[in-house]
Parts: sequence; C-alpha cells; structure tokens
Amino acid sequence: MTRKGRRLVMIGAGVGVLGLAAALILSALNDTIVFFRTPTEVAQQQVVPGTRLRLGGLVETGSVAKAGTLTTFAVTDGNAAVKVSYSGILPDLFREGQGVVAEGALQPDGSFKADSVLAKHDERYMPREVADALKAQGVWKEGDRAPGTAAGGPTPVRAPGS
Amino acid sequence: MTAELGQYALILALALSLLQVALPAWGAAKGDAVLMGVAGPIAFALFAFIAFAFGALVELYLSSDFTVANVVENSHSQMPLIYKITSTWGNHEGSMLLWVLVLGVFGALVALFGSNLPDRLKALVLSVQGAIATAFLAFVIFTSNPFLRLVPPPAEGRDLNPILQDPGLAIHPPLLYLGYVGLSVSFSFAVAALIEGRIDAAWARWTRPWTLAAWVFLTLGIAMGSYWAYYELGWGGWWFWDPVENASLMPWLAATALLHSAVVMEKRDALKVWTVLLAILAFSLSLVGTFLVRSGVLTSVHAFAADPTRGVFILAILTFFIAGSLTLFALRASALRQGGLFAPVSREGALVLNNLFLTAATFSVLVGTLYPLALEALTGAKITVGPPYFNLVFGGLMIPLLFAMPFGPLLAWKRGDLLGVAQRLMLAAGLAVVAVVVTAAAADGGSVFAPVGVGLAAFVILGALTDLAERAGLGKVSARVALRRLTGVPRSAYGTSIAHLGVGVCLLGIVCEASWSTETITSLRVGDSLKVGTRTLTLERMENRTGPNFRARTAVFSIREGAVSQGTVEASRRHFAARQMGTTEAGIRTFGASQLYVSVAEETADGHVAVRASFKPRVLLIWLGAVVMALGGALSLTDRRLRVGAPKPSARRLPQPAPTPAE
Repeated sequence: MTRKGRRLVMIGAGVGVLGLAAALILSALNDTIVFFRTPTEVAQQQVVPGTRLRLGGLVETGSVAKAGTLTTFAVTDGNAAVKVSYSGILPDLFREGQGVVAEGALQPDGSFKADSVLAKHDERYMPREVADALKAQGVWKEGDRAPGTAAGGPTPVRAPGS
Repeated sequence: MTAELGQYALILALALSLLQVALPAWGAAKGDAVLMGVAGPIAFALFAFIAFAFGALVELYLSSDFTVANVVENSHSQMPLIYKITSTWGNHEGSMLLWVLVLGVFGALVALFGSNLPDRLKALVLSVQGAIATAFLAFVIFTSNPFLRLVPPPAEGRDLNPILQDPGLAIHPPLLYLGYVGLSVSFSFAVAALIEGRIDAAWARWTRPWTLAAWVFLTLGIAMGSYWAYYELGWGGWWFWDPVENASLMPWLAATALLHSAVVMEKRDALKVWTVLLAILAFSLSLVGTFLVRSGVLTSVHAFAADPTRGVFILAILTFFIAGSLTLFALRASALRQGGLFAPVSREGALVLNNLFLTAATFSVLVGTLYPLALEALTGAKITVGPPYFNLVFGGLMIPLLFAMPFGPLLAWKRGDLLGVAQRLMLAAGLAVVAVVVTAAAADGGSVFAPVGVGLAAFVILGALTDLAERAGLGKVSARVALRRLTGVPRSAYGTSIAHLGVGVCLLGIVCEASWSTETITSLRVGDSLKVGTRTLTLERMENRTGPNFRARTAVFSIREGAVSQGTVEASRRHFAARQMGTTEAGIRTFGASQLYVSVAEETADGHVAVRASFKPRVLLIWLGAVVMALGGALSLTDRRLRVGAPKPSARRLPQPAPTPAE
C-alpha cells in the first residue's frame, strides 16, 4: 500500500469511529435525557402524562403513608405539591421534611409514579436542584442547614498557627 | 500539640515543594548537575513531611482528640479501632491529605527508582511533580485544613457517616488515589518530554511501569468501589453511571488507551505525539474527576459537602495544569520528531483502532457527564443524563472493540495477515457460537441479545487463551516443547492475555447479571415466605442486636431450594444514635459465582417488613474479571523489559524464545 493509501485508511478509520461515536451520542442524548421539574413547574406547565421526569422538593410533613411495599408521599416546594407513589424500599435518608428527588412519570390523574427515589447520603447536603428550586420559592436560603436536621453545630474558630 | 505539629509539617512540605519545582528546573536550564541532583533528596523530604502530617491526623483520630474540628465532625469515641483509622480519610479534608500523601509517595518512588533516567529528564519530571504537590498542598492548607481547632471542644464527636463505617473505606479510597495520582507520573514525564523537546522509544519504556502501576490500582479501586456500593447501598446495583463513578472511569479509559499506544511508541517509534497527549489527558481527567467530586457542581451519590471556595480553587488548579500542559503541547508537539506511518493491518494498526474506540468512549462519558452542566449554564434547563444514555453509547462503542480484541495480539507487527489470524481464531469463534446456541436454548427469559453477549464474552476469553496457545505452538509440537515454550513467553505477553481474559470474564458477569437477575419486592410478617428465582425465603424471626455504636433490627430468613434447606440469610437496618441515621445492611449469600441479595425496610407498626430479594446469577464475575485484569497488569509490570532500573538497552538484548512481546 502506498504512503498516501495508508494515510487515507488511518484517516478513514478515525473519521469512521468518531462518526459512530457522534451519531450514538447525539441520538442517545435526544432520547434518554430526563428533565428536572419542581412541583410548581408540574402544576403550571401541564406536563404530558407518561413523560419521564425527575421531581424534586421536600417530602411534605405528615404526608407519608405506607401500605405493604407501596409508599405514598407528597413532594412540595412550598408553593405546590405533587402526590408520589413508590413501590419498593426507600433510601435510608428518606424522611419527612427532607430533600428528595423522585424519578418516574406523571400519571393521567396528576399523581406521580416513581420508580426510583433519591435521598442524599450526607444529611447536611441538599440535592442542588432541590436547593435551587426551594430558593426560587423563598423556602430555603443559602447557608441554611437542610430543614429538619439538627441546627447550630459547633463552628471552627481559628486555625493553629494563625 | 499534635495538630500544630501536623500543620507545621504541611507548611514545611509546601515550602519544600516550591523548592522541588524551582531548583531542578533551574538546574536543568543551566545544565547544573548539582542543582538537578537535589530533586531526589527534596522529593524524599517532601514525602517525609507529608507522611508526618498524615500520621499526626491519624493519631488525632486514634486518640479521639475532640479539640480538632475534623475529628469532631467525623469520629466518635465508641467507634471500633479500624474505623477510627479509616475516618481519617472518610471526609473531604482528610481524603485530600491522603491524596497529597500518595502524590508524595509517587514523587519519592520516582526519585528512588529513577536512577536509570537521564539527569535532565529526571530533574524535570520531579520538578513537575513538585508543581502538582505545591498546588494541592496549598489547596489543603488554605481551603481544607484538617487540623483546625475547635473552641470550646465538645465532649463527644458527631460520628463518621454510617455509610462509611465499613471495611470498604479502608481499601477503596487508597487504591483509587494510588490510581488517580499515579497517573500524575505519566503526566510529569509527558510535560518533561515536551519541555526537553525530545522523545523516543526509551521514554515510552521509562513511563510504562508508572502508567501500568497506576492502571492496576485504578482498576482495583474502581472494582472495589463498585462492590462496596453494591453491598452497602442496599439496592443491589453495581454501577450507576453516577458522575463520580464516571469521574473514575474516564481516567481509567484514557490510561488503558495510553498503555496500548505506548506499546506502539516503544516498539515502532510511532504515535509519539499522540502518546504524549494521552498521558496529559489521562491525568487531566483525574483532575476533572477530583473537581467534580469536591465542588458539588453535580448531583451525585458521593458528593462531599459542597463548598464554593474549594470548587473555585480546584478549578484554578485544573485550569492551570490542563491549559498549561496543552499549551505546551501545542507549542512543542511539532518539534517532536514524528514516527513513520504504518500498515493498517498490523499489530500497531490494531492498537490504533483500540485507541480510537477507547478515546471515543472516554469522550462519550465526558459528554454525558458534563452535558447537564453545559445545558443548565446555557438554557437554565435542569436535566439528567442517566444509564440509558451511557448503556447505549458506551455499549455501542465497546461491542466493536471487544469483538476486535482477540485479533490484536495475534497480528504481527509491521504487516499482519488478517486472514491468517481469522483462521487461528476459528476454534475460539466456533466455541463462542456454540456458547450462543447453548445459552439461547438453556436460558428462560432475558433479552434476545443476552446469548450473543455470552458468545462475545466467550470469544474474548478464548481469544486471549488462543494467543498463549499459539505462542506455545499447542497442537503443532509435543506437549513438552509446548510447555518449555510457555515458560519462555515474556511476562508482558502473559499479562496481555490475562488482562484480556479478565475483560471477557467481567463482560460475562455483566451480561448474566443484567439479563437473568430475578427480583421480588413484597411485604412479609414473621412466618411468611417469598419466592425469588428457584428459591423460597421464609422470614423466621426479627431480632434486636447491638453493635459498638449502633442498634440493629435484623430479619433472619431461611433459604430453601425445592426440598433442600440452604441455611439462612440475615438482612438488617442499623440505627446510629450519634447521627440519628439509619443504614441498610443487605444480607448476601454466595452460591458459586452467583449471589442471593436481600434487603429489608423499616418494620411497620403492625409487624410488616418490606423485603427486596434478588438472585443475581454470575454477578461475582464482574469484580473477579476486574481483579484478573489487574493481575494481568501486575504480571506485565514484573516483565524484565520494564523492570524499573533495568540495565541499558545494549545489555538487555537477550535472545528471546518468543516473537516480540505483545502489549
């Protein structure tokens, strides 16, 4: 094979693989991304039932009800609330008044059927989207501890040698 | 006092690291052997001071010194000894100190084993290592000081996050950091080569052991993390395509590509510029990973408590090293003498194909991980890119690569014979087809692609073995000759075969777990049963237990398969008083390579317990495959060709019984 031919094969292979990657990435991004919505947005935007989305907010106090493996609760951002049903075992940090992200689809009756529920591992940490959503509703401010956790922990006062 | 000593050691380490940047670089510029020579001793001293600081922090944890904020927030006097030690790095500040410690270890190792390096190269490598150390020591001292005192000190600590109270914390982060940070050595070598403007096959041989060692640790670290998440998080998944997992996968993919391209550089003196670029990218991706984990910009199951100043600081470090090295690359790459072109059908051609797919896969993971950030910055829309994206794109890029994998090592250098290789792989391919047919006939349920996946795994495994069989001349010569030939095969060739075999084993586990797992979620009272797969689980009793710093409510299940009793499995909920936090302890029973996985929820007032039971066939192969891969890498590391401190090239041309060692 000539030098030019070899170079062409190399370039061809490179363009081929990159083309395949680009095609896969673009088509997958079109089909598989899931939007994050707050209860207010769900209430306002008339989300088409059946569309997959992530719903985030606080678990409304007093809303959690369990029947067998089915748990129902309401997710609120202080302005609107959406009823969520989830069948299975909830994460350890799932609690009333805590931040939560549920992934699933809106049902025709306006409730939300979740197939996964995410609560954070670190009890001090609020999912970022949820924090933003709550800030937008004026429920929670930067620097607050997540509502419902023990507030007012000790504060470091000085560095040694400083 | 200990905290102050640790703090002073860190500050001295920062000063030393500045010296390590300046003196060797100055020496290299002036051609002064003495100045270049001080790089080694400084690297040892730097390591010693960081180790002292780290030791001081461990001591603070061991003695439960609650005058130190970091200890208060992450420890408890009632914790078992092992967790008191591991809590040292079970938090942001301590884990950054571990990160810096590992960096110090690698700097000292380069100084120790780099005696065969040219003086200038060694000095420049250590100077770049020093720059990385400076940046991260400054980060620790100015934004993440683990030695901060607390006034007034509380009587008791706030305990380590219960999720982290697990032996996994003793193993996973150190291994992962050895991998992440190990890549800094290849990076330093690349930058040093660019500064020198000279690079050759010897460079590839010098850097290879470092890349290989980092790769082995990264492989084990990722596998360990995956298994830990699997048994600890209680929902039985082993890979979530979480941003933090992706952050470790990207450097792994880039390092894998680097290992393969460096072989071409070493053997054929080609792909030089590309190899240097990969070495830069691999460590850059580790830095990106560190940024993603520490800054809290992405929602992840791992996230450390977010702190904007830290994010900005790491972003600055990241920008400096990535932009700096890439600028240097752009300026100097053209000065590096390019190697020749080569035939597409050849070992080097196959390795280029490998590199194309691995870098495309790395890129696809990077896009999936950063796309939500980019979209939110541009349009404000909040989205998630989840497993469906990664499974489709990553899977789509891995399948052709896996199919091509057995061909690579069998192709000759310079000019390969694709038809001949295909003939030699006939047996492996035939057996793989048999595996597809048998699996399709035997399996009930699962996707139609599952048997094909099993076939591909079989092809990869048998293909790896074919390579060894070919080298031995199995079937062509007597068994004794074949055995003698096998003992003469270089260890790096065994390393290749074993690592490739590990990929096949891992793939087999993934396909089986994904296709034939069965799961039952139901609510039980004591005495009730559930069926999962072919087994029946009966909830025998609920027990109260106490651990050193937790109370547990344990569900004991008996297992029966048909009429045969198979003992019991216990799943529990633990409650940690100090943090008012619960964890799920899954019950796991292993049957061969398969596992029965049971987790339970909180008991309701009327005595019902929600139970999730699943049977995961061949799931252990996933991690076993990764361990086999790492074993292959470690074996390759012991090859005499790569042994650090091996004699100069002329003395090493010993007669070799086998053809050129493979990757």
